[in-house]
Amino acid sequence: MKLKRLDILHPLLFSLLGVLIAGLFVADLLVGTTRIPLDEVWAALRGVASSEHYEMIVCRMRLPKVIVAILSGMALSASGLQMQTLFRNPLAGPYVLGINSGASFGVALFTMALPMLGAVSGGWLMRFGVTGMAWIGSAAILMMVMSLSRRIKNINVILILGMMLGSAISAVVGILQYIGTEESLKAFMVWTMGSLSAVTIDDMYIFVPAIILGLVLAVAVVKPLNMLLLGEANARTVGLNVVRSRVIIFLSTTLLAGSVTAFCGPIGFIGLAMPHLARMTFRTADHRVLVPASMLWGAVSMLLCCFICDVVAHNGLMLPVNSITSLLGVPIIIFVVLRNRNRR
Amino acid sequence: MIELRNISLGFGSRTLIEGASTRFECGRMIALLGRNGTGKSTLLRAIAALGEARCGEIIIDGKPLSEYNSAELARKVAFVNTERVDVEALTAYDLVAIGRSPYTGWSGRLTKEDRSIVERAMQIAGVEAMADRRVETLSDGEAQRVMIARALAQDTPAILLDEPTAFLDLPNRYELCTLLGRLAREEGKCVIFSTHELDIALSLADSIALVYTPRLVHLSTEEMISSGNIERLFNGDYAGFDAESRSIRIFQGR
Repeated sequence: MKLKRLDILHPLLFSLLGVLIAGLFVADLLVGTTRIPLDEVWAALRGVASSEHYEMIVCRMRLPKVIVAILSGMALSASGLQMQTLFRNPLAGPYVLGINSGASFGVALFTMALPMLGAVSGGWLMRFGVTGMAWIGSAAILMMVMSLSRRIKNINVILILGMMLGSAISAVVGILQYIGTEESLKAFMVWTMGSLSAVTIDDMYIFVPAIILGLVLAVAVVKPLNMLLLGEANARTVGLNVVRSRVIIFLSTTLLAGSVTAFCGPIGFIGLAMPHLARMTFRTADHRVLVPASMLWGAVSMLLCCFICDVVAHNGLMLPVNSITSLLGVPIIIFVVLRNRNRR
Repeated sequence: MIELRNISLGFGSRTLIEGASTRFECGRMIALLGRNGTGKSTLLRAIAALGEARCGEIIIDGKPLSEYNSAELARKVAFVNTERVDVEALTAYDLVAIGRSPYTGWSGRLTKEDRSIVERAMQIAGVEAMADRRVETLSDGEAQRVMIARALAQDTPAILLDEPTAFLDLPNRYELCTLLGRLAREEGKCVIFSTHELDIALSLADSIALVYTPRLVHLSTEEMISSGNIERLFNGDYAGFDAESRSIRIFQGR
């Protein structure tokens, strides 16, 4: 078989993305509100910086942020890719399953409803509560969708139920926003804008293992994902254990999308757009290539968003990362939708 | 190869087939005939374990269907339906290669042997020239043959096809069914296909399984023609089967 073209294209693209990630990694360490020269950054990373202040900024603030950017980008796009294949829908993502809404609901309950009941919140408890509730919220939605999927074999019904569930939750969140106090509303809004720097070193002990486990599971299901390209019935006739694959994919998606949403806020469009970018650039539907390719594109996109935020912040303006990811992702999704419409 | 033991099929309160018992042997091409909605697809789906029989047992290669796991069954029975697979950036070769899934490891990596089986399957189905084409650019007829190549790559003793001729024009229908007949006789496969094409079934199939609600009648093609079952089943007000000419006759002025 002459598949030579892709045999050259794929290693080329993988190395290109690798170089991009390395470049953006360094750029993100360099840029920020404080100007630190390159040799000082390098020294700080090795623990021999000339000032403790530099070392604090580089190792305790910038480095965790860059690592969070890489991991969350990989996580969101890997979960988006799995959803798109499982639901055979190019516009599927963690959002359609209601995972984001579930997380938002948990956070809304904590930030807005709890103060209404007279509970005090703030500081350490606040942060812990927000992430914890986002986790619980997304996990609860996922469990609901999973138990539904055991009874309902049609994947489209599950998709619609996920959307309905998400809408209902958004409505309740809307009501909470309306009746909540101004202070609690602000706390909630800050979370919805998303922030990569919100993840502290202590958070990393949960965040990093959760994401890595989710990514490992995503790699483990490359073959089931390829089989699912044929549709669920056909996949079963080529030997797919549908229930087991579905559970692994759901588990991976929750771990990935749920953790990112819990720690960084709802970051939109990366999960939806990056798998498409991977398909377009790598010109394949083979998940053995697409899963790593999507992860790398996700890392690049989040590093880029992070970099843009940093550059803007350097000029004294703090931008929510969510708006940057939307501005980056929306054009790609519009392009995909229009192209699908033109086809056939 | 495939044995039905007292199989009953249906949805809810509706019974489609009751108490069907027969055997489908290797090396034979079997046409599954019947009116619309009488359970042809349901029967094929039951054999492929995509649906469950209400009662009775399906024995495949000497072992009850219920004792197979999905990977084992995928090495015995391949299934082709009329559903088009339109996935962005998926090539015909990659699609056919998914047929090797029951044999590959966790990542689905193809060995050299797998590749040669995929290539041979594409040659037999006449789609080797389309290997690098994207599936979304294929015509319905081409897409159908690629799906058949996928089933061949699965290398199973039995192949089930649900209305494989549905989207094809007349020459392509005959070509496809001739190909299926060759697979049965030359490769010794058990090929079962459902169809509404009486003339194709009668001229090419070795035996005919007729859903005569709620029974399943399975006879050799010659016996089936002389049994009169086809005439009785397919006689409508405007057209009917004429056993002598083996063709459909339109009734005028009835």
